[in-house]
Amino acid sequence: MTILAHPRETANADSLLPSAKPLQLIDQDGRPGENPGGLALPAPDVLRELHRRMVLGRRFDSEAAALAKQGRLAVYPSSRGQDACQVGAVLALRDQDWLFPTYRDSVALLTRGLPVEEALTLLRGDWHCGYDPYEYRVAPQCTPLATNTLHAVGLAYAARLKKQDQVALALIGDGATSEGDTHEALNFAGVWKAPVVFLVQNNGYAISVPLAKQTAAPTLAAKGIGYGVPSLLIDGNDAAAVYAAVRSGVERAAAGEGPTLIEAMTYRIEAHTNADDATRYRAFAEVSAWLERDPIARLETYLKDSGLLDDAAAGRLAAEAEQLAEEVRDSMNAEVSADPAELFEHVYAHPTAALERQRAALLAEIAELEEPEA
Amino acid sequence: MSTVMSAARQAGATRETPAPPAAPPAEASPATMASALNRALADSLAADDRVVVFGEDVGALGGVFRITDGLAGRFGEQRVFDTPLAESGIVGTAIGMAMNGLVPVVEMQFDAFAYPAFEQVTSHLAKLRNRTRGRLALPVVIRVPFGGGIGGVEHHSDASEAYYTHTPGLRVVTPGTPADAYRLLRQAISSPDPVLFLEPKRRYWAKETAVLTMDGPPIDQAVIRRPGRDVTLIAYGGMVATALEAAEAAAAEDWDVEVIDLRSLSPFDDQTLTESVRRTGRAVVVHEASGFAGYGAEVAARLTEQCFHYLEAPILRVTGLDIPYPPPHLERFHLPNTDRILDAIARLQWDEDDEDNA
Repeated sequence: MTILAHPRETANADSLLPSAKPLQLIDQDGRPGENPGGLALPAPDVLRELHRRMVLGRRFDSEAAALAKQGRLAVYPSSRGQDACQVGAVLALRDQDWLFPTYRDSVALLTRGLPVEEALTLLRGDWHCGYDPYEYRVAPQCTPLATNTLHAVGLAYAARLKKQDQVALALIGDGATSEGDTHEALNFAGVWKAPVVFLVQNNGYAISVPLAKQTAAPTLAAKGIGYGVPSLLIDGNDAAAVYAAVRSGVERAAAGEGPTLIEAMTYRIEAHTNADDATRYRAFAEVSAWLERDPIARLETYLKDSGLLDDAAAGRLAAEAEQLAEEVRDSMNAEVSADPAELFEHVYAHPTAALERQRAALLAEIAELEEPEA
Repeated sequence: MSTVMSAARQAGATRETPAPPAAPPAEASPATMASALNRALADSLAADDRVVVFGEDVGALGGVFRITDGLAGRFGEQRVFDTPLAESGIVGTAIGMAMNGLVPVVEMQFDAFAYPAFEQVTSHLAKLRNRTRGRLALPVVIRVPFGGGIGGVEHHSDASEAYYTHTPGLRVVTPGTPADAYRLLRQAISSPDPVLFLEPKRRYWAKETAVLTMDGPPIDQAVIRRPGRDVTLIAYGGMVATALEAAEAAAAEDWDVEVIDLRSLSPFDDQTLTESVRRTGRAVVVHEASGFAGYGAEVAARLTEQCFHYLEAPILRVTGLDIPYPPPHLERFHLPNTDRILDAIARLQWDEDDEDNA
């Protein structure tokens, strides 16, 4: 019988800790970052794609937010300001890998290749999840928060048991790091060496509660050490750093080296959703300071200074973004086709007799309502 | 879609009609409910390599009730393994594994220890098929030893079924006999729906000489354990044996009691129950859990709705008291017994002129 050393003599605890300062490849002025750590700058075509997807994502986000104000969406949680996380993390995934997003990650869904309508089904309100998870390897968006981390660990560990080369990326925010499931997921992933990457988009607020009221930890990345999970602290507004960090986590996981925890420091520019009033809990000066650190502007500066983006290409991209906005408007302005009979379809593999009776009763009720008065 | 995932999904899509391996005709042999459950797990692991069994202490120890005894040794640590002590983690990771084509069968060590997993069960396991319009099926089985009668200290004896039966999308089943424990667990593991499998721990050591087979009533069908003409006694799990004892005792007083073992608490077998109650005109439902807003309330209400014109008396409930589960030396006052069941039967308006019976 194995007698486990306690504490483990082999573990070098310090190697699990994140850097003191966030890793950065491109700084907020578009110059090479001063603290790249071990991260390598992505290739030029990757940098151009990161920029392109962020421009498209930003336009998609602002259009969806506007449509929510017009009542075309039930609600819209904007990810403006977190563009580098949304795009960088998803582009770092391979085709066979899985994404476990939350409700704030619509731009991540778009970047993963989901059609606009399918990406916005939940928030429009026609159904809870509008896409086939298996088609895009994207789990349904997580609304309760942190519960998706365990699903990601389970899926990743199953891949390992089946000897499939697949990595799961779980997206969470700063608030979700207080939930028990996050801690259980980090623990299970550490014990099982599951091929999973946890990306914490630390945007400073859980709805209205600031990070200082959320945790006394020095950083959220530091939580990994308690579970034997190595962690990285990165500049979450630097798309190159997000891409490189997530990519390194994916490569570690695929090589059988287990999970990685990444904390990306970023900021939620908009209110929690269109139903929120951010002026009740934060000052505009704070927001405007973060506007200075815009993820798109810095990469654009870098690309232009490096000769990787010219005005003509930027113009074509702007036109592509407007075309996408039009697509968002068209698909969200189309009439919703929600079928009440479908409510009973997917409760069990086969509807029970009791559900069949309820369906018949509901349809009769609807038919009666629709009957013209005599 | 990658070919790997396609294959996994196709496999998932066809698992509703499992083909049990051909076996020589089995002979009836004595089995306890615990050994029948162990056989069901072993046979499922042998029949389907997507099945994995995990939880706290299920590996080397074989589970605190020994239900997984010997499985880790026989099937290896890739198929049967211990987990960290975290119930939400166990169910949450089972969901992810099922998404990737496995068929997880997980153990919650005791009823009250399953509560940390409640969010994963109700918000995810039970709903993901619905949330994804049927694209994501989760064939997960959660085994939960439940109920009292074994002298357990606090948090070891809860009858927690109503928490789960209130959740659409979840199947909740519980066996009353060793042979049915085998059948129901194998049916649960073969089900395309997630199943909460409640094991009546007071009956783990009950013996029955029977052939352990999947053949028999399907997962969602109640079974008449004892036919009778006068009253329908409805029970499940640990109370089935108690109900049968009560029926024997009632026969001495000339009441011919029909005992129905529900097996599936959700979905509910309206057909078998309605047919019986319309025939007998009287019914009593028995469970260990507290009566207030308990499972028996639903049974009584829906059978009253469906059988009103056939009823000779209100449907009565014999349940645990509306108290937190008592300590070992007091649990006998809480649990339904033969006498309480007979008292309820006596109150079923047998003589219209006898006001005392009302």
